[in-house]
Amino acid sequence: MTPFLVRRTAHGLVVVAGVVILTFVIARVVPGDPASSWVGPHASAAQLRAARHTLGLDRPLPVQIWRYFRGVVTGDWGVAITTHRPVLSDLGTRAPASLELVGAALLLALAAGVPAGLLAARWRGAAPDLLVRLAAVFGVSMPSFWFALILQLVFFQRLHLLPVSGQYDPALDTTHPLSTHVHMPLVDSLVSGNWPVFTSALTHLVLPAIVVAAYPGGIIARMVRAAVLDTLGEDHVRMVRALGFAERTVFARYALKPALNPVVSVTALVFAYSLANTFLVEAIFDWGGLGSYAAAAIQSLDTPAIVGVTLFIALVYVAANLAVDIAQAALDPRIKLR
Amino acid sequence: MSDTVLVDSDLAPPGSVVTLLRRNPLLAAAAALGLLLVLLALFAPLIAPHPADAGSATHPLDTFLPPSLHHLFGTDPVGRDMFSRVLYGTRISLAVAAVVIALSIVVGVPLGVAAGALGGVVDTVLMRITDIFLAFPALLLALAFASVLTPSVTNATIAISVTWWPWYARLARGQAASVAGRPFIASCRALGLSPARTLLRHVLPNSLTPIIVQASADVGGVILTAAALSFLGVGAQDPTPEWGLLVNQGQAYFTTQWWLVTFPGAAILLTALVFNLLGDGLRDVLDPRRVVGRA
Repeated sequence: MTPFLVRRTAHGLVVVAGVVILTFVIARVVPGDPASSWVGPHASAAQLRAARHTLGLDRPLPVQIWRYFRGVVTGDWGVAITTHRPVLSDLGTRAPASLELVGAALLLALAAGVPAGLLAARWRGAAPDLLVRLAAVFGVSMPSFWFALILQLVFFQRLHLLPVSGQYDPALDTTHPLSTHVHMPLVDSLVSGNWPVFTSALTHLVLPAIVVAAYPGGIIARMVRAAVLDTLGEDHVRMVRALGFAERTVFARYALKPALNPVVSVTALVFAYSLANTFLVEAIFDWGGLGSYAAAAIQSLDTPAIVGVTLFIALVYVAANLAVDIAQAALDPRIKLR
Repeated sequence: MSDTVLVDSDLAPPGSVVTLLRRNPLLAAAAALGLLLVLLALFAPLIAPHPADAGSATHPLDTFLPPSLHHLFGTDPVGRDMFSRVLYGTRISLAVAAVVIALSIVVGVPLGVAAGALGGVVDTVLMRITDIFLAFPALLLALAFASVLTPSVTNATIAISVTWWPWYARLARGQAASVAGRPFIASCRALGLSPARTLLRHVLPNSLTPIIVQASADVGGVILTAAALSFLGVGAQDPTPEWGLLVNQGQAYFTTQWWLVTFPGAAILLTALVFNLLGDGLRDVLDPRRVVGRA
């Protein structure tokens, strides 16, 4: 286990270093001269020189990269231009709302995608298979911002069924004040037994979670179908069938289990994708997470904030991949040998 | 489609494209619709009832007209015909997808083939570089690049291409590595062919099938990403009739003027759907081993 762990972690660290350098390129190199945007269009040459010095742009590039690196590691991710607060603390207050949304969406995607994929594999080529595969392609092809608007139109404007704005009804703050622990209304209200807020938070979560779940749901359904069909072709399943076990037993006991491994890894992969997808969805639902923060930063060209969110999600992605690889190696000894 | 179909077509004598399409009705439908979309894009100026409305024309007397026979998709806040605008949007989306994928192939495939066939340091360095790019969800990295460039369709195309090429480098590398290990490449070497000639004439052509499959499957993804960039304001700018931008502009009115958002968004969905189906179908037919798409 240990050599694998060391090798895999070292690889993860190299990727993280590369990710930091790439965000440096986006923040400092691509925009041309950050100093001129810092001082504004009417600055004198002296002001520009001073700004270059303050920003460290008069130093050689390796020194600049080193300083940027040191800042990222020590928690100095720059100051957001719009909020005038350190980017990292902005991210800290915004992340829980997005994690709540994406977490709920992934649960939804798994709850729909795993049975759907199984169904498709069980009746391969028949109507259920065709239906599931079509639905999966729809999920993968759905422009999430449009899906969000259409759901709002149908469920709020026309049917008056579900709320479409915010994380829970703010009117409840006076009648049932919520004690915050992890800044996720759903979890906070559950731990403190605040049922009115809990139900409100749950109904507010439904539509945005469905929108975010569309893409991972489609991916997971396809993945389960493909993985189960793969294991069905393996010798041990043919053996079990030859021994006369019922088809249901073959599926439940012998085909599904080995198929779960790729499903776990694809779920970890779509996690970061869904975080990025919240950029398109949160602002529409007035959801106070990373996505609406990023969307606002993009509108106001707030480069430190944009780069901060980008770096954060990339790091989450690398960490999730590392965790999955290690977990899978622990579960499946064959992986370590690769 | 299913493995059984594949076995059938493997055993049958090599059939024509027609037999292939008849065996895969979904692929046939997707191919027909894809072709239709390309034709709509090419002949947009001939089909559009109001070609000038694709630009910055204004018709103050015709604002916010609901869909009717005269304006199939209604009109926008300055009276432009939405059907004409959505139709012209097909050109932009398909062109962006074509350019992004072409650039990704031109950059990624030679690098990947070189890495896969040569191995060693070249391979390690290239794979670590692609690792870094692939550590970002494509939308995220494209957004970050696009947001520091001046917003335009061209710059959005560049930003997406920058994030897209590593997939092709990876794919080509894996394919080239497996081709390079086969006996006929060893015999090329034994015959005294130069490494460059071996690479270009023998390794590259035999690595192309999965790349063609990936290219057709990627059209939908690129169109969705480009629309997302425009929706967030870092892609196409007014008066370009880009679909994502049209949805964004319609957002302010969509509770009362639903057609402003509904039609351009449906165009994105349908186009992505058609090309995803096409990519899946081609993958099943040409490349049975790679069943699952990328996340």
